[in-house]
Amino acid sequence: MTALTKAPSELAPAAAAPVSAALIGQPIPRLEDAAILTGQARYTDDLPIKPGTLHAAILRSPHAHAEILGIDVQAARAMKGVAAVVTGEDAKRFAAPFLVGVRAPMEHWCLAVDRVRYPGEPVAVVLADDRYLAEDALDRIEVRYRPLPVVMSIDQALSGDGEPLHPAVGSNIVNTRPFGYGDVNAAFEAAEHRISTTVQYPRNSCTPMECFVVMADYDQADGAYEVLSNFSGPFAIHPVMAKALKVPGSKLRLKLPPNSGGSFGNKQAVFPYIVIMGVCARVAGRPVKWVEDRLEHLMAATSATARRTDLEAAVSGDGRILGLRMEQTDDVGAYLRAPEPASLYRNHGNLTGAYRIPALDVVNRLAVTNKTPTGLNRGFGGGQLYFAIERLMHRIAVTLGLDPLDVIRRNLVPAAEMPYTTASGGILDSGDFLAAVEAATTDGGLDELKARRDKARAEGRLYGIGYAAIVEPSISNMGYITTVLTADERRKAGPKNGAQASATVSVDPTGGVTVTVASAPQGQGHRTVLSQVVAEVFGLRLGDIAVNTEFDTAKDAWSIAAGNYSSRFAGAVAGTAHIAATRLRDKLAKLAASQLNVTPEDIRFAGGRVFAAGNPDNSLSFSRVAAAGHWSPGTLADGTEAALRETAFWTPPPLKAPTEADIINSSACYGFVFDICAVEIDPVTAQVRIDKYVTMHDAGRILNPLMVEGQILGAFAHAVGTALYEEYAYGSDGRFLSGTFADYLVPTACEVPVPVMLHRESPSPFTPLGAKGVGEGNSMSTPVCIANAVADALGMDISTLPLTPARIAALIEKPEVARPASLDAAPPKAPAIAGGRGLQGEGTRTVPASPEQVWAILLDPKELAALLPGCDALDLAGPNAYRAEVVVGIGPVRARYLAEVELTDLDPPRALTLSGRGSSALGFGEGSGHVTLEATADGTRVVYRYDAAVGGKVAAVGGRMLDSATRMLIGQFFDRLIARAGGPAAVETSPSLLTRLLRLLGLRP
Amino acid sequence: MPSLNAQTKHPVTITLNDGTRTGHASPRMLLSDFLRHELGAHGTKVGCEHGVCGACTIRLDGVAARACLTLAVQADGRRVDTVEGLAPDGRMTTLQDAFNRHHALQCGFCTAGILMSLSDYLERVPKPTETELRDMLSGHLCRCTGYAGIVRAVMDVTGQASGNADAKDASGRKEPGHV
Repeated sequence: MTALTKAPSELAPAAAAPVSAALIGQPIPRLEDAAILTGQARYTDDLPIKPGTLHAAILRSPHAHAEILGIDVQAARAMKGVAAVVTGEDAKRFAAPFLVGVRAPMEHWCLAVDRVRYPGEPVAVVLADDRYLAEDALDRIEVRYRPLPVVMSIDQALSGDGEPLHPAVGSNIVNTRPFGYGDVNAAFEAAEHRISTTVQYPRNSCTPMECFVVMADYDQADGAYEVLSNFSGPFAIHPVMAKALKVPGSKLRLKLPPNSGGSFGNKQAVFPYIVIMGVCARVAGRPVKWVEDRLEHLMAATSATARRTDLEAAVSGDGRILGLRMEQTDDVGAYLRAPEPASLYRNHGNLTGAYRIPALDVVNRLAVTNKTPTGLNRGFGGGQLYFAIERLMHRIAVTLGLDPLDVIRRNLVPAAEMPYTTASGGILDSGDFLAAVEAATTDGGLDELKARRDKARAEGRLYGIGYAAIVEPSISNMGYITTVLTADERRKAGPKNGAQASATVSVDPTGGVTVTVASAPQGQGHRTVLSQVVAEVFGLRLGDIAVNTEFDTAKDAWSIAAGNYSSRFAGAVAGTAHIAATRLRDKLAKLAASQLNVTPEDIRFAGGRVFAAGNPDNSLSFSRVAAAGHWSPGTLADGTEAALRETAFWTPPPLKAPTEADIINSSACYGFVFDICAVEIDPVTAQVRIDKYVTMHDAGRILNPLMVEGQILGAFAHAVGTALYEEYAYGSDGRFLSGTFADYLVPTACEVPVPVMLHRESPSPFTPLGAKGVGEGNSMSTPVCIANAVADALGMDISTLPLTPARIAALIEKPEVARPASLDAAPPKAPAIAGGRGLQGEGTRTVPASPEQVWAILLDPKELAALLPGCDALDLAGPNAYRAEVVVGIGPVRARYLAEVELTDLDPPRALTLSGRGSSALGFGEGSGHVTLEATADGTRVVYRYDAAVGGKVAAVGGRMLDSATRMLIGQFFDRLIARAGGPAAVETSPSLLTRLLRLLGLRP
Repeated sequence: MPSLNAQTKHPVTITLNDGTRTGHASPRMLLSDFLRHELGAHGTKVGCEHGVCGACTIRLDGVAARACLTLAVQADGRRVDTVEGLAPDGRMTTLQDAFNRHHALQCGFCTAGILMSLSDYLERVPKPTETELRDMLSGHLCRCTGYAGIVRAVMDVTGQASGNADAKDASGRKEPGHV
């Protein structure tokens, strides 16, 4: 029995009653860190692959919207190292379209079928021996597209103009749902004021540092898929994936790794790739691995919904809101992808925020646009909601000449009314909001900030103070999404509600304790907090508890609510682990009681001992009691159950399905956040500097203050990005423009100040430990709080984000001086390209030859081929029309374009138009240049104007360089023309620094 | 400089954290891929592969460098230090320890790169001001921590802050970076 005597937690018996320090609530540094800090932690891409694994690279649409006329994969398939090329045809054979959350005829396949609807939509997958070879082969896939008109904004979708993305739906507003709670009309009739506002929330996302990873295998004999991926949940998506792969859930075994490089909700959106890679493994008959790169992530992974919100409030003379009319329209991207429309409904129970607003009318709409489908993103719908609500509060104060803080105070739900049921059904569970506000203003030093503001303004500086008060929902009700359905539709579909959390606590034959949870942690310290909770239950040390956060749908206890989202860990998962541990402890107490001859109620657990409360010397080691079920089940008293393993499922009691009247408590609990922000705006650079930020949180009982503050700091940093820097930008023609971290600007250590963090603890009556979520509050409160401060500083309305210097400058700067008239008298513009943003330019060069000689060169295909940069030969395709392969490098990428070149508007030897269009794996490009030739004393003066458009990968990563690259290419063209006509040799002697660098790296010839 | 053939893999030998390791790389293979997939040194992470995020930072002959902007063949014959080499005997350095105490990491995906940059930087600038430190850290993107714990940890190990992370409530705390 050495296993028993050498058990790790065995301690020497103590004379006095053993004690264990309280662990729950303590600021215990993380147990996860040592492995990470020494490089030992294993993330998905670090885990071993099966022998014979193929590596996938994905060909993505360069167009925002286009019909697919044909895909030719022959050349790619023939390349060395390529095992297979998978397209929408394979998807049609082996998969089904994803389930959609509303009743509308929209088909979303994992790989595009017939049509692409957003830039970056997966079109084909190359499977090769390594990733480098797979990417090489992408270049050889030829896709013929017919571009279609694009829908690029909510307003455009609302206007009804434009091509329907899903023709069978017929409109780009794919769902409209009105809701009414209370007598709003009466409120408006009674109110002294009507105050309205309209705001637009941008597209952005939290961009975890680790991108998506999927390893998939298909077992032909069992017809079963096995996948390892850094998916984060919710596992309500598991049935969506299984149905898309046309297998029962039991045939889609999904495993999660021990470590994840962040999610913030975003890793939910790996699920379509799990399906793609499942199909790929099945087609190839071999395991496949795919690692998303950063361009793919920024362009096509996921995004927060953009939202337009129109609010109109009925307001009393002293600033109380008596009723609210709200219209929300979410831009969900090209497809309504599960779990959307969750962004729009996650906050349905708390649409009125932290305020007592008795009457509410809502119209919710879903708009589809030619952009990436949306999904979970920290704050999930809350940033959008509160940007509207809290801007409205500020506006009410400004309109009525009140202090914004007073308007907030007058509308807050009073503590005496807790738990408070909102008009739409949310049950705000606990808290004293007003007391929290007062504490924040005092402890946060609001008076000093006001003095700073007075002083700054006296000096003519732009200084402002903003506030935001919100409730932070946590532990989502699995039924809230069905609020999008009508009561009738819901009846047919069956009720949906609750949020099952699960945890398993077991003891091993050495008396060691292991905890497994279906929580998919992404860096929040679940191992540490679970160790605290379970060690405290058993009176053990932290190190005695092993927490396994890997996850396997084939072996672990889980349900659809499993996963890492909606701030459900502290309230639901840690609480469920507490329940499981307590049940196991109670069973152990029964076993110990019979051995110690006391009643189970007298048994205590502390210091690694199990003992009688009245006589601590009457004790056993914990490990001996815990191991007994393994080693000596035969000695258990009759009817006594061995205590080996306890699995608990727990669902929050208040989470019911939506009622007939669409009343829905969308989350189990609601924390409170109140923020104060002071900013100064530089009048020259238009930059916003956060002078001070105070954030007060009441997240119920705090399980570990270090983790809580870590969550607040992280959400705050994300929110600073949302407020000031981050936006997924698109051209009006649909080109995606934010494909690198040099374009999509994430705040660095220089931009994120440390806020003053304040806490109150009002335990939730609805969660096992009284804890609520805390990881998303600042993602909801901070963007609008900063916006309110900026509005206060400028004395202007702020209706959108991010508040970039360009946007602020447009508000504070006088209009730019008009362009001198002389410049507008330039030659007529070249014909504009439909949908082209226009890389436009003009120039003049003198060629040492007569116009006739120049004309002859331009009209000779061999000569023209030699002039075009990156072109070897032109094949005649018609009168003055050619086909060519052209290799063009822009920025860090080089592409082989299949191009069509044409000379038109021929007016020999005076004028012509040279136009071309081409496409490659890196995107498409098209342009035309109008050229006039004029005889001069030195030869021929060539005047040109051009208009070009570039889309796809080149535009996404090289956007900042396109203009200069275009000028460089045109320069090369004329250098060669001049050399050809007898001038000095083409100026190839002084390549740009970039060109030299790329040559060094072997990326340029 | 040897002439390399794009179509073939070439032997690349590096001194990796005091050990000699040899693998094979085609000329275009990134050092980050070589370390991770050829040598199995997974501690170095890849976050953007275009040189902005800093997650893949290693030390090349002692100097912090982006492994994603370095070709494996460029490292041939040179010394490469990665996060795995910071605590060779299993005992964490004072900086690693401070990262733990100050909760300077959450998901940890950016951490290896930040530690490698700091190990180079603090040798050259042993007592940076907070402004200098934040300027250096701006070469790294972290999405979890808001950088607060990282700054606290470095100010602590450079003897410029209390090191007490046990303060339970930040309301009274005057830590670096508070505005």
